Amino acid sequence: MAPKRDKAGRPIVAVTGIGVVSSLGVGKADNWAKLTAGQSGIRSITRFPTEGLRTTIAGAVNDVYKDYMSPAEFSERIATLAAEEAVAEAGIGSKGHFPGPLFFAAPPLEIEWHYRIAMANDAGLKDDAGYAELTNVARDARFGEIHKSLKYGVLGERLATHFGTEGSPISLNTACASGGSSIQLGVEAVRRGECQAALAVAADGSLTPESLVRFSLLSALSTQNNPPEQASKPFSKNRDGFVLAEGAAALVLENLDFAQARGARILGILEGCGEKSDSFHRTRSSPDGKPIIACMKNALADAGIGPEDVDYINAHGTSTPENDKMEYLGVSTVFGDHLRNIPISSNKSMIGHALTAAGAVEAAFSLLTLEHQRIPPTINYNMPDPAITLDVVPNKARDARVRRAISNSFGFGGQNVCLVMTREPA
Amino acid sequence: MMDRREVWITGVGLLTSLGEGMETNWNHLERGDPPLYDDKTFAPYIVHQLPAMSFDKQIPKKADQRQMELWQRAGTYAAGLALSDAGIAGNAELLDRTDMIVAAGGGERDVAADNAILAGVRKSNKPGAFLNERLMSDLRPTLFLAQLPNLLAGNISLVHGVVGSSRTFMGEEAAGLDAVRVAWARVAAGQSELTLVGGSYNGARWDVLLAFELGHTLLQGEFAPVWDRGPNGGIAFATMGAFLVLESPEHAKARGAKPHGKLSDLYADRNERNPGESEAALRRQWQAVSGKVDRDHAAIISGATGIEPATSGELIVLKDIGLPVRNTGTYIGHGVETQFVANLGLACAAIEHGKLFAPAGSGDTGESPRGLSQVLVTSVGNWRGEGLALVERAD
Repeated sequence: MAPKRDKAGRPIVAVTGIGVVSSLGVGKADNWAKLTAGQSGIRSITRFPTEGLRTTIAGAVNDVYKDYMSPAEFSERIATLAAEEAVAEAGIGSKGHFPGPLFFAAPPLEIEWHYRIAMANDAGLKDDAGYAELTNVARDARFGEIHKSLKYGVLGERLATHFGTEGSPISLNTACASGGSSIQLGVEAVRRGECQAALAVAADGSLTPESLVRFSLLSALSTQNNPPEQASKPFSKNRDGFVLAEGAAALVLENLDFAQARGARILGILEGCGEKSDSFHRTRSSPDGKPIIACMKNALADAGIGPEDVDYINAHGTSTPENDKMEYLGVSTVFGDHLRNIPISSNKSMIGHALTAAGAVEAAFSLLTLEHQRIPPTINYNMPDPAITLDVVPNKARDARVRRAISNSFGFGGQNVCLVMTREPA
Repeated sequence: MMDRREVWITGVGLLTSLGEGMETNWNHLERGDPPLYDDKTFAPYIVHQLPAMSFDKQIPKKADQRQMELWQRAGTYAAGLALSDAGIAGNAELLDRTDMIVAAGGGERDVAADNAILAGVRKSNKPGAFLNERLMSDLRPTLFLAQLPNLLAGNISLVHGVVGSSRTFMGEEAAGLDAVRVAWARVAAGQSELTLVGGSYNGARWDVLLAFELGHTLLQGEFAPVWDRGPNGGIAFATMGAFLVLESPEHAKARGAKPHGKLSDLYADRNERNPGESEAALRRQWQAVSGKVDRDHAAIISGATGIEPATSGELIVLKDIGLPVRNTGTYIGHGVETQFVANLGLACAAIEHGKLFAPAGSGDTGESPRGLSQVLVTSVGNWRGEGLALVERAD
């Protein structure tokens, strides 16, 4: 049989396994049930003292977290859970051998405060000791384990060992677009014919006081701490920032021919990927919306489709005043009159913004939307922003015919990724 | 596998302790001038710092410079050099579809703020609340942006207008290898016509020195060439930026761009550094590429770090391969994610001059072949990142 090709003559990329961890829970079944029930995973933070912080809520993955896990350990843990679910569902490879490369979107790692303080105390350093003194005692055998968690590639390495992926594992970060980038890299590798399968994973388990403070200082976070469940309200007039969250997702991507030949169940097709960077500002998008418009157009072009072929938009929808306004400008330009026929909802209204993981978690939810023909809602939509006239699937999930979905991810540093997914090959 | 196209290197941008540009760096290496390093500021550690310089030429707005820490300034500067060298700087039409892959770690922390907070938190009765309060008051919002790995790419988009696409790979030396590997594969497969790839590193900072000293990987005390640092050898870090422009020959010819060389092969491997594994990886890579090598006109540029046993392990393999060897780490220090990219740039310089540069240390052996036309560039990273690339004259 002739190999199947897409409209551009490339191998078709199928999804055969999906795994998700979010503030709603572990596993795609649990997540999907809660997401379509309109439940929120946002809670008051209990992991560390919040005295003195402006924002005291988050979408933490509390089901998995154990006391004193570092962001590195915790990100690895939830990445592993998501990837195990995806690989098991795909039924691919054998235990300890995944037949393809790993693309892992990981949060950046740094020395944690906990370590700095412990080192200074354990080494009995004088009261005003700083980096120079810490470095002087760094070779002490007591601190030998710390450095292993400080390599930027270490989480990808450990995942590669655990799953037995092939070749040099790629760890990446494109800020809030990272999850989308990990999937795109996998799609491209399969299309190049370098591999028959790829494992795309994204995780972010980096809820710490410092991560919260950093976004707080950029005025990016919602400060409506009570009740936590109502803080994330994308496209609402009273939206006031995003809610920091944790999460992980994994997709098994395969050449469709390879997947069908081994009898795998096809969960969806990754039909197109688009990117476009923004050169306007480090944290704000270009006021004319050109980069995000080009990003979506590039994705549609890559999939070989037009705006009228899209039935659902999984929004980046962060709930910041800036993002939601710009995303509206973007989708209304790209989709024009057809936009009134396209529901667009934000998963972040329920799970918060899982940063590095968000793009992959939301791609997973987009694929579940296609599978179940049911659109998760945008919750907390009680005060529509009159400047944003979108069908945001307010507050309640909706059954709908969805043949094709796109998922947007826009990040700091001008990083934009858009993915196009369908249920069946075109 | 789809039909592969050739991949040309049409732009090189280098900024090291020896200065800026391919020729400045080449001239220093070619003369075999002593390396420039600083063994005082971070004693007992040694760093190859950038010379005193203005960044205005490639980063004209002071406001942009203020938003960046040194690693980002070095990278953005080197990216600008590469774009200028390729003849695409300022060409909005080309930059609009120039892809970008950056290899980066995180940026500088505010060492003074961290030190003050550390001193205070250890004395505090309520350390959690103290930490929150001081982080809220002491952290500068812009510093966070200087710390995000993907903000080097973000700054390059902002300052130079490269906006086709942007990806940042993390993971020490392996990230540099993989960035070039993926950029190369994309151009070869027709997924990109024009890609800017590279990175930057600033090792002259206490937060980085602490992180690596925890792994016992720093050179201490007296400077020595990479090959001669002994069993307790280690890294002398660099501050550097290095970028390449990779391009399809069709695209380059159409706009009249000349190649410095072509990237003909690249292997990146992963192993867990059990005894012998690193060397075995390098041998496998050599086996894979050796059929393309013309021994009379080929040489090796090594990216050895100085860490043992990896450095002596690599040297044993290189001696078995039997081609002339030069290392760059002795001259310019070690730039982690950036080293491999810088070495590809120096390989281009060597090919253009048709010869190798001067040896530095006992492992640099063999006379330069006359009419050097092929350079194998190795990477054996500080903990991962075994790689081998072949750069050739592109005619």
